[in-house]
Amino acid sequence: MSTTTTPAAEGAVIGKDGLATLVDLLRARGFTVVGPTVRDGAIVLAELESADQLPYGWGVELEAGHYRLREREDGAAFAHAAGPQSWKTFLHPARVRQWRAERSDGQLVIEEDDTPPPRFAFLGVRPCDLRAIAVQDRVLTGGRHRDPVYQGRRSGAFLVAVECTEPGATCFCASMGTGPAAGPGYDLALTELVDADGHRFWIRSGSPEGADILAALPTSAASEAVCETARQAVASAADRMGRTMPDTDLRRLMAGTLDAPRWDDVASRCLTCGNCTMVCPTCYCTTTEDVTDLTGDHAERWRVWDVCFDLDFSQLHGGPVRPSARSRYRQWLTHKLGTWYDQFGSSGCVGCGRCIVWCPVAIDITEEAAALHDWADRPDGEP
Amino acid sequence: MHADTRPTLAVWKFASCDGCQLTLLDCEDELLGLADQVRISHFLEMSGAEDGREPATLNGIGPYDLSLVEGSVTTEEDVRRIHHIRRISRRLVTIGACATAGGVQALRNFADVEQFRATVYASPQYIATLATSTPISAHVPVDFELRGCPIDRRQLLEVITAFLAGRKPNIPDHSVCFECKRRGNTCVTVAHGTPCLGPVTHAGCGALCPTYGRGCYGCFGPVANPNLVAMVRQLRQDGMTGRDIVRIFRTFNAASPEYAPVAELATQEPPEDPHPPETPQ
Repeated sequence: MSTTTTPAAEGAVIGKDGLATLVDLLRARGFTVVGPTVRDGAIVLAELESADQLPYGWGVELEAGHYRLREREDGAAFAHAAGPQSWKTFLHPARVRQWRAERSDGQLVIEEDDTPPPRFAFLGVRPCDLRAIAVQDRVLTGGRHRDPVYQGRRSGAFLVAVECTEPGATCFCASMGTGPAAGPGYDLALTELVDADGHRFWIRSGSPEGADILAALPTSAASEAVCETARQAVASAADRMGRTMPDTDLRRLMAGTLDAPRWDDVASRCLTCGNCTMVCPTCYCTTTEDVTDLTGDHAERWRVWDVCFDLDFSQLHGGPVRPSARSRYRQWLTHKLGTWYDQFGSSGCVGCGRCIVWCPVAIDITEEAAALHDWADRPDGEP
Repeated sequence: MHADTRPTLAVWKFASCDGCQLTLLDCEDELLGLADQVRISHFLEMSGAEDGREPATLNGIGPYDLSLVEGSVTTEEDVRRIHHIRRISRRLVTIGACATAGGVQALRNFADVEQFRATVYASPQYIATLATSTPISAHVPVDFELRGCPIDRRQLLEVITAFLAGRKPNIPDHSVCFECKRRGNTCVTVAHGTPCLGPVTHAGCGALCPTYGRGCYGCFGPVANPNLVAMVRQLRQDGMTGRDIVRIFRTFNAASPEYAPVAELATQEPPEDPHPPETPQ
């Protein structure tokens, strides 16, 4: 499952009917298929009952603090950048019950919550998000302590990547090295093509299970021309990224700018609402909540998302460790771009742009990093 | 027959609309279970008797293990009575925006109460009132403050349950955005341009309004250290006038000290946005 293999050189081509068959087939094999669909004025991720629910003919207009749906004449299903959620909503859910305890006749019985997770098939994993899943794999299952909730959901997941041909104005995966072409980790990879030759998808498998599914789809052979057109479409997307991360050693940049005045500047704009972290596909922090019922005979422990912008997050005896907005924003950014390397060996940012889009006051991670870079590069003697 | 060892509960009303007290009666499925665990001794909204003795009085009999106090202090008599209630209560928890921040009636704090009295009442000489509406905590020590206009039923049960178990209530102090994102909502400000106070508003409602596509109007009051400069700038950008901004903050939690800078921020010339967003194409 999801092992790294070189995509089959030849691949194949499917049409919209093939995509519909893919959804039906995955459902027939017991997968809960999750993919993009239009709801509440956005392209959200939700369970799909059929490929008809895909956002055919919908694109998005993105800017810092701004997201709008836009109709597209070409009828494409995947010509949109990241939406309000990421796959962590399903792999690392916002609320999970960990155990429950019952007291009767003075005896306490603690039961682990071992409800089997659904087996997910994710349709439309963008390359940046494919990397984000790999980053969370490392964080949540790659160390000494493995998260059984994540592992249970992740180990059975079937990933259908869709390469990016339509980056948004807030995208910067090219400068993070995570897209717009799909990296390793997918079971199937698609590239959507809509042109004079019709609406079709170049499809390759990346795992034995992917190959097995692909063999069951109504495909036609992929001509050299189709492969080339698809590769071109993806390559040209790299040149149309709306944002760029400064081309520098970000880990060093973060470590060397801890006293930059820019942190006060961003703190004056930051609402510390935590939206950036909750939409981030790699942020993984949680807290626990213990609940009891009125009798005190029944208790449960729940794990819920928490974020470093929450004052309670760093609450210790005597108060929070990071009381100021400056210290909390700095904690988030320096971890995301810097100390993540020390901790997990990679960047915590994959360039999806969600934190830029969903910040209500339009704070832009690339702009902040660039400002820190400018400050670090300032001529000697300037403050 | 064992002696009744249940802790006693009293519910008190000051200047308020009764909606928060009603939340206790709205605990329909849990009400009988609750009555097994606590003796609801004094609750005028529910019964005119106190522990079987009629009529119950505004001062109660006491003492009580847990007092839930709704409403703000607006008269001299209120001041006397809240000190009395504090004396006869082991734990005192305020419920709702009135008891916690002075409520909508704290609008009088920004105006001339004599003028109100003369305008509103046909015979103003019968009205005895203070110049301000103040939260319970301005008069007596309070063990816990539960936010909301009205309060949230689940949070009320959590506070009572925590009291019974002798633990701290699990009532997070973060913003509505936390609850909104955990619910998987699409942000109404970012996706629709709807003004929303979620980023500076105390959680507890479960992001009720944004879940139904409308902006938060702050009925749970401020989070700790809200960045009102940034919030007011954003509300302007989402189309609110200075007057609308002052009014939305001066609603249920009008007198919250955290909101004090809003009037000046919203009515002065908009400060230059240091980082104006690019206009989308």
